[in-house]
Amino acid sequence: MAAAGGAVSAGAAVSTVAMETAAACITGLRKQYAGRAVLDGLDLTLRRREFTVLLGPSGTGKSTLLRILQGLDAPDAGAVLVPLRTTSVFQEPRLVPSLRVLGNVMLGLPRTAPPRAAAREALAEVGLAGHERDWPATLSGGEAQRVALARALVRDPELLLLDEPFAALDALTRRRMHGTVAELVARHAPAVLMVTHDVDEAIALADRILVLRDGRLVADEAVDEAGDAGALRRRILGLLGADSVPGGPT
Amino acid sequence: MTTLVAPRPLAAAAPARSGWRVVRRAAVPVGLVAAWALVSAAGWAPAAVLPGPGAVVAAAAEIAGSGMLGTYLQASLLRIAAGVGVGAGAGLVLGLLAGVSTLGEELVDSTLQILRAVPFLAMIPLFIAWFGIDEPFKVAVIAFAVVVPMYTYTFLAVRAIDAKVLEAARCFGVTGARLVAGVVLPQALPGILMAVRVCLAVAVTALVAAENVGTREGIGYLVAMAREYNRVDHLFVCLVLYALLGVAFDALVRVAEAALLPWRPRVAR
Repeated sequence: MAAAGGAVSAGAAVSTVAMETAAACITGLRKQYAGRAVLDGLDLTLRRREFTVLLGPSGTGKSTLLRILQGLDAPDAGAVLVPLRTTSVFQEPRLVPSLRVLGNVMLGLPRTAPPRAAAREALAEVGLAGHERDWPATLSGGEAQRVALARALVRDPELLLLDEPFAALDALTRRRMHGTVAELVARHAPAVLMVTHDVDEAIALADRILVLRDGRLVADEAVDEAGDAGALRRRILGLLGADSVPGGPT
Repeated sequence: MTTLVAPRPLAAAAPARSGWRVVRRAAVPVGLVAAWALVSAAGWAPAAVLPGPGAVVAAAAEIAGSGMLGTYLQASLLRIAAGVGVGAGAGLVLGLLAGVSTLGEELVDSTLQILRAVPFLAMIPLFIAWFGIDEPFKVAVIAFAVVVPMYTYTFLAVRAIDAKVLEAARCFGVTGARLVAGVVLPQALPGILMAVRVCLAVAVTALVAAENVGTREGIGYLVAMAREYNRVDHLFVCLVLYALLGVAFDALVRVAEAALLPWRPRVAR
């Protein structure tokens, strides 16, 4: 099952995508730490309205790529183009504890009426209407992550970066968050790049799955709602280096 | 056969009733005052060496009756306010600067570490040469005494803020003065209020030293007069005044904490 609303020609080759449909453009990206290249000549174009999930073994540079797209780290070589409205949800909620929930959603926005109304609306969208005046310390992990999601959405992003946003949540909360995210992405239609370790999560949410290994993309697969999810899952687990692939839920 | 034992909880089963906590806290001070009263009432110590609690209360009433107590207390409090205002203000700004920016730390930290090594008492002769013996001198001594502790605690408080939260704030376009005022300062506030408590305690110490020189009003003047006329009961009144100042300042900061930190999860004090 794929996220709703992602009607995308995911099978098209990256090089043929016209710039009008690109939400981010990465060419020849290199980044090394202590002499080791974590990203080694990466080429990637993210398309508008497409939910892309990036998988890869630990330490393969997934988070480094997101940090470069967020402008938190500088690349050593290569070109990176992102939209002006690029926002993030991190693995941790990263809320400012001294600001109320509404203040956190409005972080960095002018304190005027229109953003305030938009922030209230975003909170309602993530199911937290009425929590505007709560302090972050009183929220559960799932609620705090929903606030972080609202904070990213209120900016009406053209590119939404999600860095393992559900990793710290319990299984039940994670499933509910999948539903919320799929619904919101369908409504706001930003391009999404999400990093995760969870292949099932990737298949559930993505229009397109990328596998990063040794600093390069080793797979770029379209997720077809009608396709064989089980076969896709086994293929990706194989690429991720899982030795024995157990038959998972499909 | 396995031996089973009941686990021994490390924490008490239930928190003690607050009434008993107050009693336990008050027990030792009240006991000490009682012992003091006993020793002086039994005549084990001459009144010129150790006046009893009653004599001290009478002395306090005498000073208060003369109208001097209010005037002197006001003079001393104004000195503390001015000294702490200048010194802690400077320490706060420098601490924020060094805490937020690496450049700031490089520019500021070494100087303050050098100042920290200089006891403020050692500055008194120099400050007399620079400022004379009147108010500017007294304010300078107090300011010098509090600037380093304020700086140090503020710096540590800023550095203790979750770097990931700051990174997120920067990511959402909050930078520069807005970052410091809206995100850094509020989160450092628990540490900064702790610093204010330390500074007020240090300020009382500095006040004693500063009022030792060229004073015509203030608690220090009371001390000087008591020494001059060998009034040990007045000396005790002065000690009690210093203690009350300390307690009052602490209470003040606690009230400020409750008012300024509503976002902090409630923890046992």
